[in-house]
Amino acid sequence: MAKILPLIARRIGSALVTLLLVSLVIFTIASLLPGDAAQEALGQSATEEQVAALRAEMGLDRPGPVRYANWLLDLVRGDPGQSLVANMPVSEIISERLPNSLLLAGLTAIFSVPIALFIGIASAIDRGGRLDRGLSITTLSMVAVPEFLVATLGVLIFSVHLLWLPSIAMASSEATFGEMLRSLALPIISLAVIVIAQMARMTRAAVADQLDRPYVEMARLKGVPYSRIVTVHVMPNAIGPVINAMALSLSYLMGGAIIVETIFNYPGLASLMVNAVTSRDMPLLQACAMIFCALYLVLMLVADVVAILANPRLRA
Amino acid sequence: MIGRAVSFFRRLPLSGRIGLCLFVGWLLIALVGPQLAPYSVGAFVDREVFGPVSQRFWLGSDYLGRDVLSRVLWGSRYTVFLALFAAFLAVFIGTSIALIAVIRGGWVDEVLSRAMDTLISIPSKILALVLVAAFGSAVGLLLVIVALTYIPGNFRISRALAMNIAAMDYVQVARLRGEGSVQIALREVLPNMIHPLLTDLGLRFVFIVLLLSGLSFLGLGVQPPNADLGSLVRENLSGLSEGAPAVLAPALAIATLTVGVNLLIDSLRGNDAR
Repeated sequence: MAKILPLIARRIGSALVTLLLVSLVIFTIASLLPGDAAQEALGQSATEEQVAALRAEMGLDRPGPVRYANWLLDLVRGDPGQSLVANMPVSEIISERLPNSLLLAGLTAIFSVPIALFIGIASAIDRGGRLDRGLSITTLSMVAVPEFLVATLGVLIFSVHLLWLPSIAMASSEATFGEMLRSLALPIISLAVIVIAQMARMTRAAVADQLDRPYVEMARLKGVPYSRIVTVHVMPNAIGPVINAMALSLSYLMGGAIIVETIFNYPGLASLMVNAVTSRDMPLLQACAMIFCALYLVLMLVADVVAILANPRLRA
Repeated sequence: MIGRAVSFFRRLPLSGRIGLCLFVGWLLIALVGPQLAPYSVGAFVDREVFGPVSQRFWLGSDYLGRDVLSRVLWGSRYTVFLALFAAFLAVFIGTSIALIAVIRGGWVDEVLSRAMDTLISIPSKILALVLVAAFGSAVGLLLVIVALTYIPGNFRISRALAMNIAAMDYVQVARLRGEGSVQIALREVLPNMIHPLLTDLGLRFVFIVLLLSGLSFLGLGVQPPNADLGSLVRENLSGLSEGAPAVLAPALAIATLTVGVNLLIDSLRGNDAR
């Protein structure tokens, strides 16, 4: 443990530094470069004085670095400011939407991880074989397919032709778990198809890499059954890269969710962010972007830490 | 030239051949497709909206009664060429910065790598959305925005490639011979990176096609009256519940393009490994 804790602490520190730099990039792009939020909010007909007054009220007359520092401090305190369009605190809007997004991502992950693990390990064991080649071409194609094709095909098949599933995803609190699952089925499938393909490819690569190592040959020569080789010898070594693959694919969920939430009218964080872009609601946009980046960094950090903990060479 | 092309084609596995055909096919469609379009892009030719596949309208008609085939042929021009330019731009800039970082080394490398690491930890779609919100989505800006989004990814790969090559003996010899930094970067290091860089170019192209059509699908990409394939999916989305081919056709068009390129790259990568 003596070696591990400082290592993990260093990873956390580096993730925090990255998050700080990311906040600087996002603030710079969204707040410093383009036109004037006060002008934007009041429209063309506003007089000079009105604009100047609002600018002072919003703190836009202060120099950039000061505004950044204020924004960052408020953000850390949990107050990312006032939405320009909805005229309510950004934190309120987000706290309404974030749970929906996490629910969608969580359910998708629960379905995709086992399937992807199964496909990935199966094709690694059969590498070069017919099953592997078939799966590999399939997953290779799936990762390049746009989300809206998967989603529209899903709607066509399951809700237009078969009439099994609704084509609009509602997240109401009164629905039972079964109803909720039914209404979320299409968004989940659309996201899962692509996530599974990505995860399976990376899992296959990680496991196949281990299967080609000399220790596997040694174990085979000793007469260890193949299933035991995979579960006892290979998986512990592959777990780091596999977890990394999972984290990378799950982080993709956030980007994929942007399209899928929009198609199904799902009230999540990603569709909120798209609305913020359309209405140029910068405070809301910045907050959404920061949440997505923070989630991404947390995922990467978790993967890193798990890989460290799983590495027997570091556990001594 | 033709002989080399044929032997290149022969060496590809089946999936690679399919991929190459799809890619070249879309390239040709983007080049000459609009001339072959049966109707003009904006013409309202069908009385019916969301008409089915028929002899007059091979891919049906859209939400305003326009010919979907003609619109897809025109739309592919935006999708293919915008993405191609953006991919070249991203790889050109990313690789140039990577070469500077590697040849200069020291604090230059440190600063550039740190900056790129920061950008890479912003998910690409999120970065693109923030950039579009700030700068808008005129076609020229869109090109720069999507290129910018994928520069960090290319930088990371080219830097790793250049690092390995720059550490080789022949580069050290070139340094001792007194060659300048520019010469070392362009004449010694770059030629040995070309192959993997082309693969990366293909990969960026796929990402960029998906990102661009995604943005257009959200209404944040190519703006009307112009339309790329993603915009076509968006404007016809209301026909989905009727099962209109107007939604599916452009979406399938994008998929065949990206899947084709992906298959091609993958088989080339396999050849490299062998």
